[in-house]
Amino acid sequence: MHREVLTRLTVIAATSLLALTACTTDSSIEDPPSAEAEPAATEAAPAESTDEWFDQAVYDTQDEQRSATFEGDPAQPHLQYLAGDMTDTAAFASEGAKKVCFANASISNPWRQTGWITMNEQLKALQDSGVVSEMETRDAQDDDNTQISDIDYFISEGNCDAFIISPNSTAALTPAVERACETGKPVVVFDRGVETDCATSFIHPIGGFAWGIDTAEFLSGKLQEGDKVVALRILPGVDVLEQRWAAAERLFEENGIEAVDYFTGADPTEIKKIIADELATGDVQGVWMDAGDGAVAAIEAFEDAGADLPVMTGEDELSFLRKWEETGLDAMAPVYSNFQWRTPLLALEKIFAGEEVPAEWVLPQSPITEEDRGEFLEANEGMPDGHYAKFGGEDLPGYPTVWQERQIP
Amino acid sequence: MSAHPTARAESGSTRQPLSRNRSSRGERLLRFLRTPGGAVFVLLLALLAAVIAANPSFGEPGSLIRFLGRTAPIAIAAIGQYFVIASGEFDLSMGSVVTAQVIIAGNLIGQDESRAIPVLLLMLVFGAFVGFLNGCVTTLLGVPSFIVTLGTMLALLGLVMYWTGGAATGNPADSFRQIGRGGIPDVPVVEVIPYPLIILVVVAGAAFWLMRRPFGRTLLAAGDNPRAAALAGTPVWWVKTRAFMLSSLAATAAGIILVGYAGVHPSVGRGYEFTAITAVVLGGVVLGGGRGWVLSAAAGAFSLELLFTLLNFLGVQSTWRDSVQGLIIIVAVAVAAQTWQRKRRGAPPAASQVPPPQPGTAG
Repeated sequence: MHREVLTRLTVIAATSLLALTACTTDSSIEDPPSAEAEPAATEAAPAESTDEWFDQAVYDTQDEQRSATFEGDPAQPHLQYLAGDMTDTAAFASEGAKKVCFANASISNPWRQTGWITMNEQLKALQDSGVVSEMETRDAQDDDNTQISDIDYFISEGNCDAFIISPNSTAALTPAVERACETGKPVVVFDRGVETDCATSFIHPIGGFAWGIDTAEFLSGKLQEGDKVVALRILPGVDVLEQRWAAAERLFEENGIEAVDYFTGADPTEIKKIIADELATGDVQGVWMDAGDGAVAAIEAFEDAGADLPVMTGEDELSFLRKWEETGLDAMAPVYSNFQWRTPLLALEKIFAGEEVPAEWVLPQSPITEEDRGEFLEANEGMPDGHYAKFGGEDLPGYPTVWQERQIP
Repeated sequence: MSAHPTARAESGSTRQPLSRNRSSRGERLLRFLRTPGGAVFVLLLALLAAVIAANPSFGEPGSLIRFLGRTAPIAIAAIGQYFVIASGEFDLSMGSVVTAQVIIAGNLIGQDESRAIPVLLLMLVFGAFVGFLNGCVTTLLGVPSFIVTLGTMLALLGLVMYWTGGAATGNPADSFRQIGRGGIPDVPVVEVIPYPLIILVVVAGAAFWLMRRPFGRTLLAAGDNPRAAALAGTPVWWVKTRAFMLSSLAATAAGIILVGYAGVHPSVGRGYEFTAITAVVLGGVVLGGGRGWVLSAAAGAFSLELLFTLLNFLGVQSTWRDSVQGLIIIVAVAVAAQTWQRKRRGAPPAASQVPPPQPGTAG
């Protein structure tokens, strides 16, 4: 008898342990970065102390940048930038093809995969023109520790002429980026940021607050006071995503719109369940997403329940644009400019030519609306569902087959 | 052994007259409801009442049937997991099997409807093969099943990551997705009968029948005391291997439904093994094997989902979900273990004359 109890206890302990293991394994594979220290929210409005991600100064800057005029040719948005401090790169000027080392956070979502394909086509173009000899890439698979050791490997063994870093998370990667800067070679950071300005150039679209403002203003304009918006968020703790919600949440509150937010992990099963439960509770007039992955599942949930389709914001992923056109939804697609994946290599081309580059290279970020949706769908005909409309690689040699076949390099 | 009403319920045998227990239907029902496997039905009704109280519109037939439809894949997974747990093992590879099947369907069927049937067959064969592998390594090589299935889980996940890079790919043809998304329309009262619910009813019926067959009894015997079962002439390795195959096939069925319901994404199926184990445990099935009723496992799945729905309606953050699930496992296992222990200690002297723990065959 006593042995039985013991056996059972062991089994329980083992199960709990396993459950833990299973979860840990899962999250490290599936999810982008785990919680990270937020970029110190210094002068956030005191009234909103609950919102650690809100930063009034950055919010205001990005709000202005939405309507700012960008330098450069609008036909090449990946080379446009906002006027500001420039980094002098005369010291880096040198002849010959260079070896580039790229520490990538991951390619675990369709946005990163599309960008990764585009980056490789840009690489081929630069290899042909003799600027780059090769690019060695290490994929950190959404893991901070892996990326830190990737960068350290590049520093000690990589024989690199330049570094490109797409950080997995802000605080954790800062020291590694600083170590790369100390080598005296050019360092280009893009997408998510780090807490140091030692990089030669930090490339990113306007940012999360601008996304939040665009989307929340659209929904608020279409909805009445007291209407309900369900906000579907991928995961907590990533600055670019948290800022989108921080801005939108504030605007919804100001406009008297009732917004409830959920974390979905981009899992379509979860999204459908959330919407189904919300629809069982009452009407839902709007859907807000902090990233378009899973937008189609959200629309399907309304269809399955036989409910009126909501006003909605997704992203410029083609699956969403197509579903939007097909259903006649009232929607908009905010854009986190995918063409930024071309810019780091082109920045290095300028750096090795000794041309100055923006210290903070802010790229344009403008949403797709009902009016120009048709145009983008036509331009991307034949592209797979996971493709992003503003991928910006139309003038690269592999266009369009490489993106159509979506061969991940 | 006559003091095990649940064991009797699942074998349902009347080979022995058991006149002492042939009390009135009502009394037997009451006694059944006092076992962990019966209590889950009380819990189910209580939770349903609580959910409807929190949100009356949930009680409308149309809402309820849609809830049943979307919970069907979890219940099917729980039924599959039941076979393995009842045989005294674990299957942690379920979630990964679901994910792999979803990715297979998405990539191999694509928009070509004519491929639906061959790919469906391939998926079933693949599911059965994974189960066969789990079973053989566990039983013939003697590796603990949670290590084996943990390995399978990681191997399959790695394969999925390699294939997809961890991102969503295109959905399969809409006609194939109808299996998980569609239903029989224009039904009076309930509006629609979702296909997943029909699949669940068929699976549950088949599982119920199977547990009354000799296979079901030897499965419980092998779970309760494999040595005694082997001495009694049961090919334990083959009984357990079939349990693993049933589990993987149930995961495959869940995957087929989920690819229709949700679409293709590498996160579909994540955590399914854990949810299924929780559901089975909540259904009063004893970890370690040998006791429990298969339909209680399905009821456990519905209770679990109702609980999550209730928490959701009450405005509890979804981030608490994992904690709740963990607590349920601990509490349910502890309660079940206590109850069975008490029953065993309090069993009448007659019980000790029967060869000890073989409730599955003792009838």
